[in-house]
Amino acid sequence: MSTEAIAHSPSHEHVHEEAHHHVLPWYRRYLFSTDHKVIAKQFMLTSFIFLFIGGAFALIIRWQLAYPGKPIPVIGALFPSTWVTEPGSGIITPEFFAQLLTMHGSIMIFFVIIPLAVGMFGNFCIPLMIGTNDMALPRLNMWSFWLLPPAGLIILTGFFTPSGYAAAGWTSYPPLAAQTGYPTFTFTGQTLWLIAVFLIGFSSIMGGVNYITTVLNKRAKGMRLFDMPLTIWAIFITAILAVLGTPVLAAGLAMLFFDNFLHTSFFLPDNLVTSSKYFGGGQPVLFQHVFWFYSHPAVYIMLVPLMGVVSDVISTFSRKPIFGYKAMIFAIASIAGLGFIVWGHHMFQSGMNPLLGTTFMLSTIVIAVPSAIKVFNWLGTLWRGNIHYSAAMLSALAFVSMFIIGGLSGVFMASAPVDIYIHDTYFIVAHIHYVLFGGSLFGIFAGLYYWFPKMFGKMLSETWGRRHLFWTFIGFNVCFFPMHVLGLGGHMRRIYDPNVYDFLKGLHPMNQIITYGAFLLGFAQLILIGNILYSLFFGKKASRNPWHANSLEWAAPPHPGHGNFDSDITVYRGPYEYSVADRELDYWPQWEPGKAISIHHHTIAVD
Amino acid sequence: MSAGLSLAHEPVTRIPHGKLLMWIFLASELMFFSGFFGAFIVLRNTNYDVFGQGSAHLSWPLALLNTFILIASSLTMALSIYHLERNNRGLFRLFLGLTICGGFGFLIVKWFEYSAKFSDGLFPGQQHHTIFYSFYFLMTGFHALHVMAGMIPMGFMWMRSFSEKGYPFPRKVETLGLYWHFVDLMWIFIFPALYLMIPYHAAIPHH
Repeated sequence: MSTEAIAHSPSHEHVHEEAHHHVLPWYRRYLFSTDHKVIAKQFMLTSFIFLFIGGAFALIIRWQLAYPGKPIPVIGALFPSTWVTEPGSGIITPEFFAQLLTMHGSIMIFFVIIPLAVGMFGNFCIPLMIGTNDMALPRLNMWSFWLLPPAGLIILTGFFTPSGYAAAGWTSYPPLAAQTGYPTFTFTGQTLWLIAVFLIGFSSIMGGVNYITTVLNKRAKGMRLFDMPLTIWAIFITAILAVLGTPVLAAGLAMLFFDNFLHTSFFLPDNLVTSSKYFGGGQPVLFQHVFWFYSHPAVYIMLVPLMGVVSDVISTFSRKPIFGYKAMIFAIASIAGLGFIVWGHHMFQSGMNPLLGTTFMLSTIVIAVPSAIKVFNWLGTLWRGNIHYSAAMLSALAFVSMFIIGGLSGVFMASAPVDIYIHDTYFIVAHIHYVLFGGSLFGIFAGLYYWFPKMFGKMLSETWGRRHLFWTFIGFNVCFFPMHVLGLGGHMRRIYDPNVYDFLKGLHPMNQIITYGAFLLGFAQLILIGNILYSLFFGKKASRNPWHANSLEWAAPPHPGHGNFDSDITVYRGPYEYSVADRELDYWPQWEPGKAISIHHHTIAVD
Repeated sequence: MSAGLSLAHEPVTRIPHGKLLMWIFLASELMFFSGFFGAFIVLRNTNYDVFGQGSAHLSWPLALLNTFILIASSLTMALSIYHLERNNRGLFRLFLGLTICGGFGFLIVKWFEYSAKFSDGLFPGQQHHTIFYSFYFLMTGFHALHVMAGMIPMGFMWMRSFSEKGYPFPRKVETLGLYWHFVDLMWIFIFPALYLMIPYHAAIPHH
């Protein structure tokens, strides 16, 4: 059990040799590196910064909802006068509240979840897990990261334009988002938002084409497509979604941009009062179609990679083969495929032909089937496993359980008659957070706890990891579960002060409880940051394969250098051969030679 | 517990990385233009007469000329790849140069077209602008951007072809050629959609 199969391979000489052969200047090593692992870390660092910015916005939003009309504590006094009702009061204006809502959603989706799920895990995992040295086109990969920081700066600049930041929600529906009051060639918060998201989209496409090519062309010797870990399958399918979906969003964003910037009128209808000086003829609902044609698949872009990550983590820490490997792949593929024909379910309230609505309702509800296949397969993997409750495993379990809640509330909204009642209420807010925080972010934590030893060569503290997950889980559920109830009580989604409505006054204590949960959730993340920083400097050195896992990244040295592997990799079997009968070790790495056992009694030569 | 023993290296494709990546990228590009075409179809149906009048006002002979230029440049592009693969450096340089000229020719014709529209007050924000011209400038504009984007690496390869070693990467030229043919093909769709689909009752200019 404790013996490391290849712990004493000549990694040290090799690393030294590498360092002597190409000594790159520091900016090529840390800034403009083409090494996929460095790029993954760049994605991680950038997105974590944005995670805290977006989280801070959420806390301001929560404060306003729990204590409307009370000054924001501590930082409120520092706000510029355009953000607050009167200078120094610390009470935010409704306009600024709308900007914060928009910005929170946009940052969390485009600058946190997508870069972490696709950018970080895609970059880090693909070459290591398919046993190759780098992406197919490393330089293109570098540029796919380097579109992110400028996009981030552009989107944040919006706060300081005279018009203020974009305030039309992350969905930016026109005509609200076609700010018709400004002259042509004016950079408003909205136009900057559009440019930034367009750049992010381009980054996704550049990443996606590279991922697909790498997976198809660069797998190690012996690795068939059906020998790939589910993480790779999931990211591969996500990349297909990104490559086919994102450009459609880009087209919609371009049209909306020109509506703002050049006063075209793709989305501005005839006789719109605010557009007196424009020519009409456009259709606002057209934007919703174009937007959701991408943004529904985008929900899967944010979730599917983490389904793969969680599958790997659950299998490793249950010491059991994943239940239904191929079923998992086909489930992901059908979720992705169905994802392209369900976008109308976001528009039941936009004035849609009921027959068309019914079609979208049916296609949406069908997605419950592959999702359920995945959940049952995860449960089947856990069943009678030798479960290790590591931090990674706990995050993965949180992912599965929160995904069940988020998935079930999704079925409510998918049925058009129910959606009429809960549309644009806090029920939707609860759902999106159960899927994107409870799902995606717990999945990201799972991956982070799982691959941190390989990324940085140090072990994270398991104890502090468990504490972080415990408080996050409590805070998350205190924060988001009551939102279902709020929504059913009629609490509107983007409202500034719920107390202006008598029927919402009775729900106000619940709003305060949610805010306590939100602050607990926010501050619990400091444990993670503390844990990461402590481990980076004082952490225990990681061994080559600390979790005794099977997939190829664990064949690489603990902190792989440029080129990843110190020995040739040949793949002999699938990635989930745990607890194989008659083997001394309860895992059987993909790269270890050895004949497969049949059902007949058969002894295997180990090492 | 699948336990097949497979030692053979079995890549899904035998296509080189760059070329495969370009094909996937072109799928993405196709979806990008599909967004525009989708919106075009929807809004054309609700603004049928406006679109007809707009189409009638465009200059189809100039667009036809541009179509010929682009198709010819696709041919020269293919010929330049052919000659580079056979190491005929001079002919490679000639045909790549002709392709670049084709790109420039296309853009020059486009320039004349745009300035005519601009002086007619058809640009967004101007007096006679209609929703049709929003699409006209959007689709032809993004297409022209794609033409320019293709000409930049072409110009780079052409300059390199004068060096002592010549330009030694036929695969890269081939990959760029794929992109160039796509840009050409996109024009083949844009041309009839914008210039030729004129309902007979709308074939009279509106001003």
